[in-house]
Amino acid sequence: MNGVPISYYLALSGILFGLGVVAFVFKRNIITILMSIELMLNAVNLAFVAFSRALGQFDGLIFVLFVIVVAAAEAVVGLAIVLQVARNRRSLNIEDVDQMKS
Amino acid sequence: MEFVSQHPILVVSVVKIVVLLFVTLTTLAYLTWFERKVIAHIQSRLGPFYTGPHGLLQPLADGLKFMFKEDLTRPGSDRFVYILAPILSFSLAITALALIPFGPGTIRIFGQETSLAIAPVNLGLLFLFAVTSVEVYGVALAGWSSNSKYSLLGGLRSSAQMISYEVALTLSVVGVLLMAGSFDFNSIIGSQSGRWLGFVPRWNVFPQIVGFLCYFTAAIAETNRAPFDLAEAESELVAGFHTEYSSFKFAMFFMAEYASMIVVSCLAAILFFGGWLSPLPHSWAWQLYIPSAILVLGGLGVIVDGLWKLRGVARLVFPVLGLVMIAAGALCTRPGVIGVVQGPFWFLLKVFLALFFYVWTRSTLPRFRYDQLMDFGWKLLLPVSLANLVITAVVVLVVHP
Amino acid sequence: MTLPVLLFFIFAGVAVGGALALILAREPIHSALALVLVMVSLAVIYLLLGAAFIAAVQIIVYAGAIMVLFVFVIMLLNAGEEQRTQRSRMARWIGVPLAVFLTADLAWWVARGVKVVPAAAAVSATEAFSTRDFSLYLFRAYLFPFEITSILILIALLGAVVLARRDS
Repeated sequence: MNGVPISYYLALSGILFGLGVVAFVFKRNIITILMSIELMLNAVNLAFVAFSRALGQFDGLIFVLFVIVVAAAEAVVGLAIVLQVARNRRSLNIEDVDQMKS
Repeated sequence: MEFVSQHPILVVSVVKIVVLLFVTLTTLAYLTWFERKVIAHIQSRLGPFYTGPHGLLQPLADGLKFMFKEDLTRPGSDRFVYILAPILSFSLAITALALIPFGPGTIRIFGQETSLAIAPVNLGLLFLFAVTSVEVYGVALAGWSSNSKYSLLGGLRSSAQMISYEVALTLSVVGVLLMAGSFDFNSIIGSQSGRWLGFVPRWNVFPQIVGFLCYFTAAIAETNRAPFDLAEAESELVAGFHTEYSSFKFAMFFMAEYASMIVVSCLAAILFFGGWLSPLPHSWAWQLYIPSAILVLGGLGVIVDGLWKLRGVARLVFPVLGLVMIAAGALCTRPGVIGVVQGPFWFLLKVFLALFFYVWTRSTLPRFRYDQLMDFGWKLLLPVSLANLVITAVVVLVVHP
Repeated sequence: MTLPVLLFFIFAGVAVGGALALILAREPIHSALALVLVMVSLAVIYLLLGAAFIAAVQIIVYAGAIMVLFVFVIMLLNAGEEQRTQRSRMARWIGVPLAVFLTADLAWWVARGVKVVPAAAAVSATEAFSTRDFSLYLFRAYLFPFEITSILILIALLGAVVLARRDS
C-alpha cells in the first residue's frame, strides 16, 4: 500500500472541525472566535480536497478556491466590525457585547 | 558507503543543501563587505580598509562582534514570539533558495544524476511567492514582541509596506508567466532561448520592460531596502522593528534581509534575463573559455596586488590565493568541467549585476516618506502592473492563439 | 509504514497540535500563530493529496494574507490575555468531556459514513491535478461564480473601509 486511505484525511477533517467548534464555544476573545471560524473552514476545505482526489474530479478544488476567497472577504468585514466594537465597548471580551440580550 | 547506495536521493540532496548553505552564508557575509566598499567608492572614500587587506576580514570581524555582544532581552517582551521572529525571517529567506535552478541539465554526484536545483518542482514560481508572502510575519512579530513603541510602529509600517508591494510584485511577474506558459523555472528559462535578428537574445526583459521595472521596484520595497527603507533607517524611528534586538538575533535579521536580496536578484535573473543562458550566440565557441579567462585574470590581479601593494601576512596569502584562482581557471578548461561551469557562471554574473544595482540604488536615491511610499505602491505601481498584465494577455492571445 | 503515510501522520499531528494550541493559548497572538501552523500543515497535506496549486494558494492567500490581517488587528487592538469567564465555571466540568466526545464523534462518522467513495481507497501522493486543467475548468464551467466572487471581494473591501473608519 503506497497510499494513504481517504478515511484518514476525512478523520483529520472531522477532528479539526470539532476542535474549531470547541474553540468557538469556549473562547472569550472576539478575534479568537473569528479565528476558530477560519479553522472550521479549513477543515471543510480539507474534506473537499480529499473527496476531489477520491472521485478524480476538479469540482472539489474549485469549491476550495471559492471557500478561500469567501473566507477572506468574511474575515475582512468581521475584523472591521471587531475594530468598531473594540472602540465603542473598550473591550474584546464577547461577554461585554450583550446589549441586545433581553 | 552502503547507506549512500541505498538512499542515493537523500544523500545527494543533503550534499546539495550543505553546499548551497555554505555558499549562501559566505556570500551573505561578503555581500556586506561589497556593499560597504561600493557605497564608499561612490561617495569618494575607501570603505573598510584596515581589517585585513582591502577590508576583506571585515565580515569576519562583524560576525565576531555579533557573537560577543551582550544578548539583551527586553523585559515584558513575549519570549516565545521574541525568539521566533528572527528565526522565521532568516529560515524563510534561505528556504526560497532551494527552488532556484543554478544551471541547466544534470550533474552526477556520487553516481546519481541530479539537477542543479535542490527542489525542481513544477510550480516553482508559485511556491517561491508562497515562501516570500510568509516573510511578513517575521517583521510584524518582531515589532509586536519587543514591547516598545518604536518597535511596534516600525513593525506595523514595515509589514504594511511589505504586503502592499507584494501584490504589485506578483502581478508584474504574471506577464512573464503568460509568455512562458508554465510556472516551472526551467521552462521559463527555456522559453527565453533563441535569438531575434540573429544576435539579440530572446530574454523577457525586452518585451516585458515595464514588468521588469515594476518587479524590481516592488522587490526593493519588499525587501525593505533603500530607497524604501523607512522602517529601519538610522535616522528614522531609531531602528524600526529590530530596535530591541541585539547580538545574534539582530544578526539574523540582517542576514535575512541580505538573503532576501539575493533571492529577489536570482528571481530577476531567471524571469527577465534568461537565467543560466548565455547572451552570446552559440556559434561563438570561444565563449566557453570566458569563466576560466576571468578566473585566470582575477588570479593574476590578486597576485600582482599581493606582491606589489600589500605588506605583512597578506604578502604571502594573496599570491597563494591568486595561484588557487589560476588553478581553478585552468580546471575550468577541462572537458568534463567546462560544460557544467557555463550555466552557473552566467547565472551568477547576472545575479551579481542585480545585487550591484541594489547597492547602487541604496547609495544614490533619497528615502521615501511613508505616505509617499504607500501612494507609490498602491496608486502607481499596482495600476501599471495591471495594465502590463492586460496588454501582455491581449498580445499573447492575438499572436499565439 | 511507507513514506506518504508517515508524512501524513506527522503533518496531521502538527495540524491537530496547532488546533489544540489555538484552544489552550492564553494570548490571542499565540492562537493566531497556532492557526498559521495549522494552515501550513494543511497545505502540506494538500500536497500529499496531489493538489499542488491549492497548496500554494492556501499559503499565499490564507497564511500569507488573511492571517496577517488577523495579526495586524491583534497588534493594533493590543489584545491582551484571555480573561476568565464571568459566568458559570460548571461549563468547564461538563463542557470538556462533551467537547472531546463531539470531536471524536465527528471524526468517526465523517471518516466512515461516506457512501460516495469506498473509505479504504488509498490515494498515492502523486500530482493528480495539473494547473492547466484546473484553470480551464475554472474559467469555462465556473466562469460565472468566478466573476461573482470578484464583485464579492469588491463589496467586502468597500464594507471594511467604511466600517473601520473613525467617526470624524
